[in-house]
Amino acid sequence: MSVTDLAPPAGGRLPEPESARGPGLRLRAGLRGLAGLLRRRPGLVLSLLWVGVVVVAAVAPSLFAPGDPLAVDTAARLRAPSPDHPFGTDRLGRDLFDETVHGTGRTLPAAVLATVIGLGAGSVLGLLAGFLRGAADLVIMRLVDVLLAVPGLLLALMLVSVLGKGDTVDVAVAIGVAAIASTARVMRAEVLRVSGSGFVEAARTGGARRVRVVLRHVLPNSMGPVWVLTMLLFGEAILGVTTMSFLGFGAQPPTPEWGSLVSSGRDFLGSAWWLSILPGTVVALTVLAANRVSRALDGERTGLR
Amino acid sequence: MARYLLGRVLQGAFVLWAAYTLSFAVLFALPSDPAAIVAGTSNSVTPEQLDALRHELGIDRPLTEQYLTKLGGALHGDLGRSTQSGEAVSSVIGGAVPPTLAVTGAGFVLAVALGTGLAVLATVTGHGRLGRALLSLPPLGVAIPSFVVGLLLLQWFSFTWNLFPAIGEGGWRGIVLPAVTIAVQPAALIAQVLAKSMGDELGKDYVDVARAKGAGPFRVNVRHVLRNAALPALTLTGLLVGGLLTGAIVVEAVFSRQGLGQITQGAVSAEDLPVVQGMVLLGALVFVTVNIGVDLLYQVLDPRLAVERRTGRRSALFAFAGRG
Repeated sequence: MSVTDLAPPAGGRLPEPESARGPGLRLRAGLRGLAGLLRRRPGLVLSLLWVGVVVVAAVAPSLFAPGDPLAVDTAARLRAPSPDHPFGTDRLGRDLFDETVHGTGRTLPAAVLATVIGLGAGSVLGLLAGFLRGAADLVIMRLVDVLLAVPGLLLALMLVSVLGKGDTVDVAVAIGVAAIASTARVMRAEVLRVSGSGFVEAARTGGARRVRVVLRHVLPNSMGPVWVLTMLLFGEAILGVTTMSFLGFGAQPPTPEWGSLVSSGRDFLGSAWWLSILPGTVVALTVLAANRVSRALDGERTGLR
Repeated sequence: MARYLLGRVLQGAFVLWAAYTLSFAVLFALPSDPAAIVAGTSNSVTPEQLDALRHELGIDRPLTEQYLTKLGGALHGDLGRSTQSGEAVSSVIGGAVPPTLAVTGAGFVLAVALGTGLAVLATVTGHGRLGRALLSLPPLGVAIPSFVVGLLLLQWFSFTWNLFPAIGEGGWRGIVLPAVTIAVQPAALIAQVLAKSMGDELGKDYVDVARAKGAGPFRVNVRHVLRNAALPALTLTGLLVGGLLTGAIVVEAVFSRQGLGQITQGAVSAEDLPVVQGMVLLGALVFVTVNIGVDLLYQVLDPRLAVERRTGRRSALFAFAGRG
């Protein structure tokens, strides 16, 4: 995959998500922006590229790893990384690179689902609290207090112990719920700020109904800081999902998943280090890239405009 | 001061009650059958025996009655019995506190030392190459999953160089690697917040005054800037201590150590819901206690707050960590 494949989404989205320019203009501006960006912020460009590669690996793993990730080859057990097996092979001779690439299709959707749940439920709660005020605000924010008081992983473990332990979807829901509190607080603060501004007042005076005021005026103008949170939450969700499956909750072996790959490699730490260190490095790089993009979205001058 | 303290304690008690209610709602009110879990999957259990077990566990009674009975017990420190061992939840958890406290305590000290050292060093070296290189470390520390940190340390220090034992307790040598593992993320957080707040402080007038009076860079950065910058970083403490508790779950799994984390993992695997609830409550209790402590510390460290309170002005710093 080349740099230009990624250019339109990367360059076009960064400055403002809902740009009204035509597709051709946006593409050209994006390309020009990316060239400048590459010179000034190589780390950010690499991060965007890495996120793109990981997303492609999740959607179409056979593009990178055409082989069957579960194909056993007992003659080639515990081989160190080599050109044939870039990540080496595991105790059954399965190619670890294939497993890691195919594992992306488990880890990434779970992290995305968790982010969507955290962001969605958090936004709704924050919107309700900030717009309705009064008793609703009190009840919702006290609930958020409690969600904040219990450490995230513990909250997720509690949910997983009733939801079920053998499935990535359950883990994703649990991690998502643990992320609700921070989104709700950000959203509420923003809704409070927007609700006090002139155009909301004008809409009210103009006779717009409450639902319309919320959906047409308050919500669109409050989403900015929440969108900024997206990549941060996504990075945290990857950490959460892989940690849960490392602990044995979520995808079960032999289903390849990043955290469970690291976990099953533990027993060979002394003899075959690559089994847990290489998938672990992939996790770390992905979270690092997501955090880097998130910082760029968070008001840092990207050089695009 | 006493009134303020009372208010904060009441607030904390409310959060604890809410945490209890929430965990009860999630763990016991959802349609699941604890009796079936206790009985296991064996076919030899008759329906009558199951009913007897349900009666014994009190789950055949109405939900509100269960809730009030359990809440009453919890107020007296009785959180029920572990469905695995039949031991009281409080003693299961209490017995696991010391080993976890040793690791998390060492990790906390290490995190504060590392984080502060990194922030000060990066601020002193300024915008040079070294300063920027130092400031690129915290994002790395936040991004690496702690289980990967632990496995990397094991790989190098236990298997390659044979410096520390790979698993088990083994006295102070056994604590070193787990403590370092648990310290990486909080240290990175401290460094990030402290470096930013030191940068903000550097722009203030008193720094110029100190410089004009002839204070060297070390004195300016450590005696003046660090002391003022430390206050915002203090707010992190509650978050960090909560992070240490969840860090212990991962670290104890990586290093095969006994403790709260191992108990939590085991309880979730075995669906030992009373123990899971006990851990959730412990997490909330620690968070609430630490935050009250931090708030009180603020009063001592920043006399301006006490004045504001007396004059009736509310400061943002007063707001409990959960308030917007």
